[in-house]
Amino acid sequence: MNHVTDLPLWVAWLVAAFLFIGAGLTLTGSFGLYRLSSFYDRIHAPTLGTSWGTAAIVLASIIYFSALQSRPVFHEILIGIFVTITTPVTFMLLGRAALYRDRSENNPEVPAMDLPKDILDKLKLADKTESVYLESGERE
Amino acid sequence: MSATILLWAITFAQIMLAIAMVLALARMIKGPRAQDRVLGLDTLYVNSMLLILVFGIRTGNTLYFEVSLIIGILGFVATVALAKFLMRGEVIE
Repeated sequence: MNHVTDLPLWVAWLVAAFLFIGAGLTLTGSFGLYRLSSFYDRIHAPTLGTSWGTAAIVLASIIYFSALQSRPVFHEILIGIFVTITTPVTFMLLGRAALYRDRSENNPEVPAMDLPKDILDKLKLADKTESVYLESGERE
Repeated sequence: MSATILLWAITFAQIMLAIAMVLALARMIKGPRAQDRVLGLDTLYVNSMLLILVFGIRTGNTLYFEVSLIIGILGFVATVALAKFLMRGEVIE
């Protein structure tokens, strides 16, 4: 750590505080992932690390390298933007996959499929006039 | 003085991130189902990305930024592929 002896004190405190916040939030999120009881509870916990955990550590890195090289260094913001965009995508896909798996096993703990009303009406009508519905279905 | 503050903060952050990685790994081993393991793997990826970012602050080298960006991209692709596999039983249809 010989290269940081000429850093101003307030920069050191700021970087230390952001590192502490980021690492603490990430630890809290991972602890929640370990501790919570069902999958749908657990999927919420790691987002603590991917939102402010990542943002705080990226901010600490930006402040530190800007002070170290005496010029604005912003390339770390790429990681922040990338993680912020991709985390909802991955967790939505994963949650949808888990819901699909639970529903296909008729797991009673997840809500059943919620069809729109017009499709439900059509299905009820199809129960009554089954042969007609099947014929029209086969023709298509 | 500022070097001492930074050294302590970085060491503390690295220890906390390492514990977070151990917890994510424990969830990945414990399961109980496949989606829990995928979630644990994704958390492990994010935690390792942050750990390498903190390591870059420790060494004062901007090379580690690229390493952590690549880990982030690979983690995203891996989780999306695994979620797709859990959903359809195939990755590329």
